[in-house]
Amino acid sequence: MDFQLIINNFLVILQGLDETLILIFLSLILGFFISIPFALARVSSIKVLSQSVYYYIFVIRGTPLLVQIYLIYFGLGSIKIVRESFLWILLKEPFWCGVIALVINTVAYTTEIFRGGIQSVTKGQIESCKSLGMNKFTMYFKIILPNAFRQALPAYGNEIILMVKATSLVSLTTYMEMTGIARSIMYKTFAPVEAFIAAGSIYLFLNFLVVQLIKFLEWKYNPHLRIKT
Amino acid sequence: MLNFNLLIFGDTGWGDEMLFSCIMTILVSLSAMGLGVFIAIFAAWAKISGNIVLKIIANFYTTVIRGVPELLVIYLIFFGSSAGIMYISKIFGYHGYIELHAFTMGTISVGIISAAYSTEVFRGAYNIIDKGQVEAARSLGLSRINTFIKILAPQILKHALPGLGNVWQITLKDTALISVTGLVEIMRQSRIAANVTHSPLTFYLTAAVLYLILTTFSSKAFNKLEDYSNKNQVKA
Repeated sequence: MDFQLIINNFLVILQGLDETLILIFLSLILGFFISIPFALARVSSIKVLSQSVYYYIFVIRGTPLLVQIYLIYFGLGSIKIVRESFLWILLKEPFWCGVIALVINTVAYTTEIFRGGIQSVTKGQIESCKSLGMNKFTMYFKIILPNAFRQALPAYGNEIILMVKATSLVSLTTYMEMTGIARSIMYKTFAPVEAFIAAGSIYLFLNFLVVQLIKFLEWKYNPHLRIKT
Repeated sequence: MLNFNLLIFGDTGWGDEMLFSCIMTILVSLSAMGLGVFIAIFAAWAKISGNIVLKIIANFYTTVIRGVPELLVIYLIFFGSSAGIMYISKIFGYHGYIELHAFTMGTISVGIISAAYSTEVFRGAYNIIDKGQVEAARSLGLSRINTFIKILAPQILKHALPGLGNVWQITLKDTALISVTGLVEIMRQSRIAANVTHSPLTFYLTAAVLYLILTTFSSKAFNKLEDYSNKNQVKA
């Protein structure tokens, strides 16, 4: 193993960090905000809503992300109507195909996480809200959702880590983020170990940061659980 | 666009090829899961054994594998071991290209990923068990091995079953990634068929349906297993 080569590769792969980070942030932020209405629909008493969200989650969680990316990148592009519509502006770019696939994927998992959080809010709190005369909107946005997020934080942290790792699959649609660059280095230098160790260490560091961030958020939003000194 | 005539069986359609690739996916998943559980038993033992060196090694292994994209792990193992073997063969004077057996390498790479998750499942299951049982068994004169086989192992297995079900789903979906190394499983076969027939939507949808069938049936099977393992549980 050649350590000089690893360091050289490391610097080259680091140039793809922007692309990876944009993928992570864009899909996580979009996924987060789409998941909230989805989670509310999942727990709603309207059967059509909760059932359709259930089947969406069932299908997305039952198939590999790679299939979803290929379906959007290769599959949708083969439909003539899509190619002639305004959607083609997005779907002809591997980047947007990747983002769309990642968002569709993360929404399914995040919705389930938020559903668990919402359902963990105790009945007493909801009854207190009602007896205080809160309307439904205030009750959801001031009491239920903040409590649900706090409860869902550890699971949501796992989902963020999964998303950091999932962005590497977008490299298979010719989009050059860190994994794509590492692969092209391998084909150029014929030294796979050095290329993939360099890329892997960056991903590992990103995930390390995510774990620390989640730990901090858990500490911040659970003041009642802190050990008193 | 969609053309399901392409999926008929026989020489003109891709139905039989897709079916064989589905069987290949099942075989790879099963052997990877088996290898994963085998490695995980030792890794989990290393984590709880109390030996600090073993513990650090096992922790490093599970942290790295779970923190790095699966695709990179598969690339590293597949291309890395190929490069390593070619390097060794050069010493012995062979300069040609060596291609490794795709099924074996696929099993090993997915198995190593799956093992990292199974290790955590086993460790968690072990932690649930009341340690007084070990003391009781030892004081009754059971040997260490017998304590493990007769007292601990059945309970660990029972508590680990739901977690192993999740790991199985992850493993099944991870096998889609070894298509990049050339093993003809569902994903690779769909890609070949899509390229030949210029009908990607048909074949990727078929692939999605096949995976959905596999995950649905296996989660049903795991539910059955859990019911079976809980049949002696006293209900509250």
